[in-house]
Amino acid sequence: MISVHGLTKVFPGGVRALDSLDLEIGEGEFFALLGPSGCGKTTLLRTIAGLETPTSGSVVIGGTDVTALPPGRRDVAMVFQDYALFPHMDVTDNIAYPLRIRKVPRARRRARAAEVADRLSLTELLGRRPGQLSGGQQQRVALARAIACHPRAFLFDEPLSNLDARLRLEARTFLKRLQDELGVTTVFVTHDQGEALALAHRIAVMDAGRVAQVGTPAEVFHRPATTFVASFIGSTPMNLLPGRMGDGALHVAGAVLPVPGDPPGGEAGRGAGDGGDGGEIVYGVRPEYTDLSTTRRDDGFAGEVAVLENLGTATLVTLEGPGHLVQAVVPEGREPALGTTAWAVPRPGRALLYRDDVLVGRA
Amino acid sequence: MSTDAVGLGKSRAVVFALPALVLIGVFLVFPALWTIYLGLTDYRLTGLAAADPQVVGAANYTAALGDERFRSSFWLTAQYVLGSAVIGQAGLGFTLAWTLRGRRGAVRRVVEGLVLLSWILPGSVVAFLWIALLDRDGGTLNALLGTPGAAWLLDHPMLSIIVFNTWRGTAFSMMLYSAALENVPVSHLETARLAGASTLQQLRDVVLPQIRVHVLTNVLLTSLWTFNDFTPFLITAGGPEGRSEILPFYVYNTALRGGQLGFGAAVSFLILLINLVFALAYLRLLRNRREVAV
Repeated sequence: MISVHGLTKVFPGGVRALDSLDLEIGEGEFFALLGPSGCGKTTLLRTIAGLETPTSGSVVIGGTDVTALPPGRRDVAMVFQDYALFPHMDVTDNIAYPLRIRKVPRARRRARAAEVADRLSLTELLGRRPGQLSGGQQQRVALARAIACHPRAFLFDEPLSNLDARLRLEARTFLKRLQDELGVTTVFVTHDQGEALALAHRIAVMDAGRVAQVGTPAEVFHRPATTFVASFIGSTPMNLLPGRMGDGALHVAGAVLPVPGDPPGGEAGRGAGDGGDGGEIVYGVRPEYTDLSTTRRDDGFAGEVAVLENLGTATLVTLEGPGHLVQAVVPEGREPALGTTAWAVPRPGRALLYRDDVLVGRA
Repeated sequence: MSTDAVGLGKSRAVVFALPALVLIGVFLVFPALWTIYLGLTDYRLTGLAAADPQVVGAANYTAALGDERFRSSFWLTAQYVLGSAVIGQAGLGFTLAWTLRGRRGAVRRVVEGLVLLSWILPGSVVAFLWIALLDRDGGTLNALLGTPGAAWLLDHPMLSIIVFNTWRGTAFSMMLYSAALENVPVSHLETARLAGASTLQQLRDVVLPQIRVHVLTNVLLTSLWTFNDFTPFLITAGGPEGRSEILPFYVYNTALRGGQLGFGAAVSFLILLINLVFALAYLRLLRNRREVAV
């Protein structure tokens, strides 16, 4: 549906926002562009919209190469972070604005605006101006304006970031249901991994103008392809500990762990099978997949309980070991006392092994 | 006793304000009232009427309104204000601000520098420069265009002072519009572009409605300044044959050169009334805008 090939964008001054980027987004897909600020995700969205001209590469929407087309002829609708509602027009005129530009007769575009407004529960507000609406209502008006002109694709720039935390959750559910009902290909930009995981069918995690990984939320969460993705995805950051492979075992932060038995892709297995001395690896395991033991365990990372963070139904425990910090999530009522020594034990099959920042296996 | 923030009390506050009020009274209010009084007399610079002016009632006003020269002067002023203030300064200023919007670097700095330069030079200096530019024999413009002997100031006196005033005052409008355009969110323009709006449609639907107040203020100020501007007198002196005699020149020529002080005072008062109409119309438009905004 939307595909970009070799897309590069260099801004005047030499900033390379997109670096020869390739991406395929399927028909009807709800697709997230996720990454830290400055990774190029917004530039990519704006380039798809036609608001930025790529330095090289091409953008194809619905089989048509639109690289040279102006934004108005790409048949996409964008919802901006600030919603960009025109303050001097009432809700009806705002929703109907794209239709007005397309010279749809006044009666027809008012009817269409009313129809879309009804669907988004905005009927009561049709006569108001944006200044008289709450943030959530403004967002729905902006969505209505995007929907009203039947575009081939929606582009959302940080659609939820201007809402307060409570409203954001509601809007998230609303947005997901809406996209599901409309079935229109939707690309959205976010820096919030939770938002991306919750909303998207697939996620492209971006780093420094490149795509670090594309996958479903489950793939990206469970099998982050690089240590960058691993550290970026997840509500608590993944434990990433340097280690070494040797003597038929993994030596990580004082713990001795079994070498992965069934390595996907086989590459880690080869490395492990070689028993390669000095095989430097990074051992990653999420705090959620780490159990805490108050008795000594050889397969656990020892440390002193340094911080306890209450997450509601669980507690995030930070252990401070010699030269490393390890975090584990323990269920409520099972928190260790501050200052005591504990062992963080990775659950079997939940750990990930990285060599040169790239996923090589699972342990 | 004192309800003011500083705790002065009314009497002491009046004492503080008094010197300024006296100055305003002596130098602004009194001359204005005096002008109204003079407008009702046959006061002249010289002769019998100078020694003993008589009150002639509305005779000066009827004379002015019946004077062909006054009416022609009024139309010339309308042309001058429309041409150099509304179309020239405000129009060109907006065009420059719109074109340079979002641009950085050398082009913008050079244009801004040139435009500002014409604004900060003293009027007499600028007038001399323009005489040198438009002169029939050794003028720079004739040298540039290769049209020796073209008498711009004689053949096109109105056009000359309209271009002159546009050139001179565009900087203010450009700066005002530049600041106003910064307040139009880029996302609004981009939303319009995504909807397929052309540049003109973007201006009509997004930009102008949002900078309406700025436009009104700008047009009012440039109109009033231009209406009351006397600098072009240094270039054409209203000539030739009164073909560039806008109202301020007309007052000067009749009252001071012609010596009819009473008549000149009456015309001055008419000018004041016209200015008042501008200002009231502006306030009215502004109020409409506020009501709409609520």
